[in-house]
Amino acid sequence: MVLGGDEPTGSLVRPYAVTRGRTRPQLEIALEALVEATARGRSGQFLGGREQKVIVDLCGGRLQSLAEIAARMEVPLGVARVLVADMAADGLLAVHEPTGFSGDDGADESVGTELLERVLSGLRRL
Amino acid sequence: MNSPADTSRVTSAKIVIAGGFGVGKTTLVGSVSEITPLTTEAIMTSASEGVDDNNLVPDKATTTVAMDFGRISIDQDLILYLFGTPGQTRFWFMWDELVRGAIGAIVLVDTRRLADCFSVIDFFEHRKLPYLVAVNCFDGKQLHELQDIRDALQVSQDVPLMYTDARNRESTKQVLIKLVEYVLSMRRTRTVGVG
Repeated sequence: MVLGGDEPTGSLVRPYAVTRGRTRPQLEIALEALVEATARGRSGQFLGGREQKVIVDLCGGRLQSLAEIAARMEVPLGVARVLVADMAADGLLAVHEPTGFSGDDGADESVGTELLERVLSGLRRL
Repeated sequence: MNSPADTSRVTSAKIVIAGGFGVGKTTLVGSVSEITPLTTEAIMTSASEGVDDNNLVPDKATTTVAMDFGRISIDQDLILYLFGTPGQTRFWFMWDELVRGAIGAIVLVDTRRLADCFSVIDFFEHRKLPYLVAVNCFDGKQLHELQDIRDALQVSQDVPLMYTDARNRESTKQVLIKLVEYVLSMRRTRTVGVG
């Protein structure tokens, strides 16, 4: 008999087994990038494997970030990134990259300022 | 499905919450997040420097770094994420990803263990990421004068420094507002300086 408390908390499958050992995604996706199931993804006809169905279900109701997908699937971030990138390449998911405010990534200053003002007023409404 | 009619404007932003172990990062995130804070894990293979092909070393030791995060829907098209960073600055690989594109950072400080945040502050200054220092008042006690803390941390007068109670939603909200106002004011100063 297996007691609840003795159940392993982690997956018995090696994390990168679901990506067939690949650790490099087809597409770099930020932690906070928002992921949405496309109509093609939601139709369910083109999904390969259980993980893809789980991801489409997660992203069907409301936008989810890459970090949320990883957390809710209980897989490491790198694994989620490979899975999501594959699905985006197949048109099953749409990925909305964050705007980016800092650093040397050449972010558009005016766009950044407008978004910051939106964030500020949103926080004040909380 | 109930997707927004036009999703092209959909975007996200993030704020980094940093500080030593046990200082209250997850508590702070949870006080304003619309979801119960989630944990995501990144697997880091240790001793991987100079080794390009992981297959060559099948049983390399791995380290898991956990990050706690929460989410605030600012409006239909804009979601703000708060990422609590692992306290250990030896996981620099994680920090690079965390700070990339961030609005700024909140350094949460416990005055009993000020030294815990020295390396974090160094890192943000080096990366030119705007940050403020929030002193978490455990049990509502303000044990030190803010100026004393500023001197001890050696942060410039420009950097906002304030007390907070990480458990309190309103208090956390004020810290977040302060950070965004600070970032906006820095942008304006820069624009004036250039023009």
